[in-house]
Amino acid sequence: MAHSIYDAVSTAPPAEGPEMELPPHAHSFIGKYVFCQDAKVIAIQYAITATAIGLVALALSIVMRLQLGFPETFSLIDPSNYLQAVSMHGMIMVVYLLTALFLGGFGNYLIPLMIGARDMVFPWLNMMSFWVYLLAVLVLAASFFVPGGPTGGGWTLYPPQVVSPGTPGVGGGIILMLVSLGLFIIGFTMGGLNYVVTVLQARTRGMTLMRMPLTVWGIFMATVLALLAFPALFVAALMLLLDHTLGTSFFLPSMLNLGEQSRHSGGSPLLFQHLFWFFGHPEVYIVALPAFGIVSDLIATHARRNIFGYRMMVWAIIAIGALSFVVWAHHMYVSGMNPYFGFLFATTTLIIAVPTAIKVYNWVLTLWRGNVRLSVPMLFAIGFIFTFVNGGLSGLFLGNVTVDVPLSDTYFVVGHFHMVMAVAPILVIFGAIYHWYPKITGKMFNETAGKIHFWITFLGTYAIYYPMHYLGFEGVPRRYYAYGETAFISDSVQALNAFITLAAIVVALAQILFIFNLVWSWLHGEKADPNPWKATTLEWQTPHNPPRHGNFGPELPVVYRWPYDYSVPGAKDDFIPQNVPPEKVEMLPGHAPVAKKA
Amino acid sequence: MTITLAFLALLMAMFAAYLVRQSVGVQPWVADALGATRPPGPILSAPSLGLLVFLAVVTSIFGLTVSAYVMRMAAAPQWDFLPQPPLLWINNALLVFASLALQTAWSAARRAQPQRFARGMGFGGACTVAFVAGQALLWRELSGAGYTMTRYVGSAFFVLMAMLHALHMLGGLYALLRVVLRLQRGATLWQLREAVGLCALYWHFLLLVWAVLFTVLFVGAEPLYAWCRS
Repeated sequence: MAHSIYDAVSTAPPAEGPEMELPPHAHSFIGKYVFCQDAKVIAIQYAITATAIGLVALALSIVMRLQLGFPETFSLIDPSNYLQAVSMHGMIMVVYLLTALFLGGFGNYLIPLMIGARDMVFPWLNMMSFWVYLLAVLVLAASFFVPGGPTGGGWTLYPPQVVSPGTPGVGGGIILMLVSLGLFIIGFTMGGLNYVVTVLQARTRGMTLMRMPLTVWGIFMATVLALLAFPALFVAALMLLLDHTLGTSFFLPSMLNLGEQSRHSGGSPLLFQHLFWFFGHPEVYIVALPAFGIVSDLIATHARRNIFGYRMMVWAIIAIGALSFVVWAHHMYVSGMNPYFGFLFATTTLIIAVPTAIKVYNWVLTLWRGNVRLSVPMLFAIGFIFTFVNGGLSGLFLGNVTVDVPLSDTYFVVGHFHMVMAVAPILVIFGAIYHWYPKITGKMFNETAGKIHFWITFLGTYAIYYPMHYLGFEGVPRRYYAYGETAFISDSVQALNAFITLAAIVVALAQILFIFNLVWSWLHGEKADPNPWKATTLEWQTPHNPPRHGNFGPELPVVYRWPYDYSVPGAKDDFIPQNVPPEKVEMLPGHAPVAKKA
Repeated sequence: MTITLAFLALLMAMFAAYLVRQSVGVQPWVADALGATRPPGPILSAPSLGLLVFLAVVTSIFGLTVSAYVMRMAAAPQWDFLPQPPLLWINNALLVFASLALQTAWSAARRAQPQRFARGMGFGGACTVAFVAGQALLWRELSGAGYTMTRYVGSAFFVLMAMLHALHMLGGLYALLRVVLRLQRGATLWQLREAVGLCALYWHFLLLVWAVLFTVLFVGAEPLYAWCRS
């Protein structure tokens, strides 16, 4: 069997390009931190920008919750403001925070380091990617300041409502949103090309595809999905922009608005929904796949066990990515589609649960009998598994047409997608930030503050989103500014809404502790060990901490093993870094290294 | 969406086949000293692979646009087919000439023939600029003949598709300009051969894309509509 390993690897050798030419390392502040082509700096730029706009979205969610929890209390919140807060919160969180942070932030920082490359293969394009992203964020933020404010047509931007008179932000707001989305996609494409080509072309010697950490696999596949799915949003946004500004009728049918005939005719609103969700559902996995990859690495490292079923995990990532393109219409069960069509998409939706479940089982089996260390990153990783399973199970309800129809547009949907699409990935982001913080800053964070942050965030988000499932069963519709004296809504609904709002405020305040911990530790924290978690992957084996320009000093590392050599029987240490050759592994007395030599 | 799904299925199948070759029979958990040997380099250079990935993205954009066109046609109770004025055929010829000229420039770069290279680049660039301008004039001509994009959705799709296509052509011109600048800074034709080759490939690809768009919008619109309605 060992012979076949030799054959397989030698016939499918690792890609390795010549030593890439790095752009010269700038020494001025502007060159080093502003117009910098180093992927690590670009990653931090992405992360700061995404976090900043994400905090705006967090504040908008508190505005929404204050209105829902305590209606008729805050005179500043009117129906228009409320709808604008809902719309902007959704779009910012999904696209400008989660996508940008996972791919632009973690992708830029981790891909070159984890595969043993000096940088991305197109550094200038990478830098431009960030600047176009920043421009997109600024254009989006500008929509808060134009007359009429930002769009209030929902984050899904469904026409004709989003461009119809009476909808908030129908003037400049929606135009800026569409332009911003276009810019975001252009910027992402520049970055995405980099991630894909870097993974395929710039891996160091010995880093075969099947030796890549699952974090890289997740980011890689998510990038492939994004490169192929974002064009749908790009085309939809462009067509909607033309409909709204130049009077074409791609999506807009003939309508009467306040007794006045619109200038459009024959457009198909359903066409927009198809295009939007053709992007929208892969977008779920664009966010989820990097989270899956990162959590796999966090669990293996902090449980001191090799990941269970590595090859299965890789193929599951690919299967999920491929299947994510054939489930989009499950977001459109109530659009009046042919029932057979609904049945088809319900089937594909349930099929995609299979590779997803494989991943969950493998995470649990990795934890099983592991030497689990309940460090802060591990707490967030375990929190993710619970949350993802909970959110996934409610997805089974919504994936079935007959159950989805009564639950559609209720708070059950809000609870479901926030558990699976918001809380679960955010928990991974927190875990990942804590995990790689010593590498990025060279300092250790405060463990106690990290644990307090975890428990408040984890329990708090359950206090927010679990009750929403009950609200959904009660039939409470989403996106409503106020419910008034609606007969079917019971008294418990208002009490629960007030409770959810209080929980949301507590969770939001806990994030101040998180940011304070990061900043304080960076300024005053203890100097971190270069490999504090005793991890195996290449980013922990750099000669400097934090890694410098070029990442690895004069010589690139050579990879001899996969990234999950934890608790190897007979080995003296409970981890063997990827760049340690078999003959240099220290073994306990009576054990000999087992390895295939070239 | 069938067109786009077929394209994505093809891409995924190719990727899966590549991955199968990389993973079948491999036991990732077995350490070995193979990393110490120097394997052959990758088949494609980073710029070539980058262009191929970009072309996949561009195919996705135009595939989705064509899908949207077909779906919109299927939903329309009636359809007004666009005429084929002479300018349309002139534009088509310009794009073909641009593509051929860049192929010539690539060939000249490989054979180190500077004059032929300059002629190819110059003619290719000029034809491309003329094509983009011609598309704008064609839009004016169609609008002047009453095929405005507000009244005729076919005309709106022409504007959408031609605009997207022209933007990609302008991006290509930027890449071409960078080749010229590198030449002025002292790069040899041999050093530029890959960049010119990639430009030529990009032009051929955009010619193919325009051929599809042209067929869908002008030649095949009527049978396509009949098929959609059936």
